[in-house]
Amino acid sequence: MSAVLQENSAAQLQEAALVQRVQRGQHECFYELIRPYEKRLYATAFAILRHEADAEDAAQEAVIKAFKHIRQFRAEAKFSTWLFQIAINEARMRRRRQQAHTMEPIVEQRNDDGDYVPRDFADWREIPSETLERSEVREALMTALASLGEKYREVFVLRDMQHLSIEETAKILDISTASVKTRLLRARLMLRDLLSPGFGGGWSSRLSFAKGNKPWE
Amino acid sequence: MGINCENVWRESSSYIEGEIEPGLRAAIDEHLQSCKRCAAVLDGLRNVVDLYGDERMAEVPLGYGQRLHQTLEERITRSRRGFLGWGLAFAASILIAGSYEVASSSSQHSPTRISKHAQPAAYPIPPGLKVLVSYGGKLFHLPQCTFIQDRKTAIAMTAQQAIQRGYTPCTRCLKKYLQAG
Repeated sequence: MSAVLQENSAAQLQEAALVQRVQRGQHECFYELIRPYEKRLYATAFAILRHEADAEDAAQEAVIKAFKHIRQFRAEAKFSTWLFQIAINEARMRRRRQQAHTMEPIVEQRNDDGDYVPRDFADWREIPSETLERSEVREALMTALASLGEKYREVFVLRDMQHLSIEETAKILDISTASVKTRLLRARLMLRDLLSPGFGGGWSSRLSFAKGNKPWE
Repeated sequence: MGINCENVWRESSSYIEGEIEPGLRAAIDEHLQSCKRCAAVLDGLRNVVDLYGDERMAEVPLGYGQRLHQTLEERITRSRRGFLGWGLAFAASILIAGSYEVASSSSQHSPTRISKHAQPAAYPIPPGLKVLVSYGGKLFHLPQCTFIQDRKTAIAMTAQQAIQRGYTPCTRCLKKYLQAG
């Protein structure tokens, strides 16, 4: 355990040293600094925007902005927190632009952090992770995620898809850890309902995963 | 301690993450014995977390890394050009490209993993650590992990054996050994 902590802090020290080198003008160190986050920035932006080109654009812009403003980064923060903050802002900006273009109504912005009551109690038929090899399964999952309100989606993406801690998620989104927990629970429960066999919503009808029919077997 | 369905739903996130005090866990476990609805909710939640947390959900478009590096290179070259001139910037970019290749190829020395998409451990896992592997699964878990599929048929081994056999660490119970978030 302590060995892991040491390793963890060693990685962080190494990262802090890299940041300093870039800040002092060794710009080529920026590649190494950014490498562990490249794919994760794209995945985060994609989960928010659900549009490949927009997501790539947002991730790219976030990286360029991080490089441009690296001198403003203060060592007391975690580099990843700062970087994800920039990426989330880029994605949010593009999301607003998308909504303006499509006149898409902004669904579910009610302030309802209260208890969520599951709507579907049918026996959960597990969706095996092997089915993720199929692009339509991934697509269906992303569609379900896209139907959540933004504040739930952002928390879910950072916590359950990027595996960031509750504390880091809270810092990136500038909300309390209690809000992270409430929104995460709600997001998970809503997704479960959306993907539930009995609900008849997105999952079972689109993929003809009707009860008893298990195409992955 | 009696507990109702609403309480179970409210605690379901903490329950599946294993971050719940033992008394409450026991009460929920007892409730689940007799409540199929809550059992279905918790099963579903676990599946949701498992599916979305899978690395296959995070694939990037073809050529993404290349395009990103190209844009970045242009930006970095522009910022260097002011005081170093073209020649040096060009030499630096070749060096960087070279070191990137070396770095990405040197990270490929681990045993062949059963799942190409799962994340290998980034930090050393104690070799003697007792872990469980689901029958036909790809991951290894801590015995108390709530994400083990079909615990009854799971096989016990050490972390070292699991890694040698190509299993990868569970992103939930062993996440502290994976790439830092």
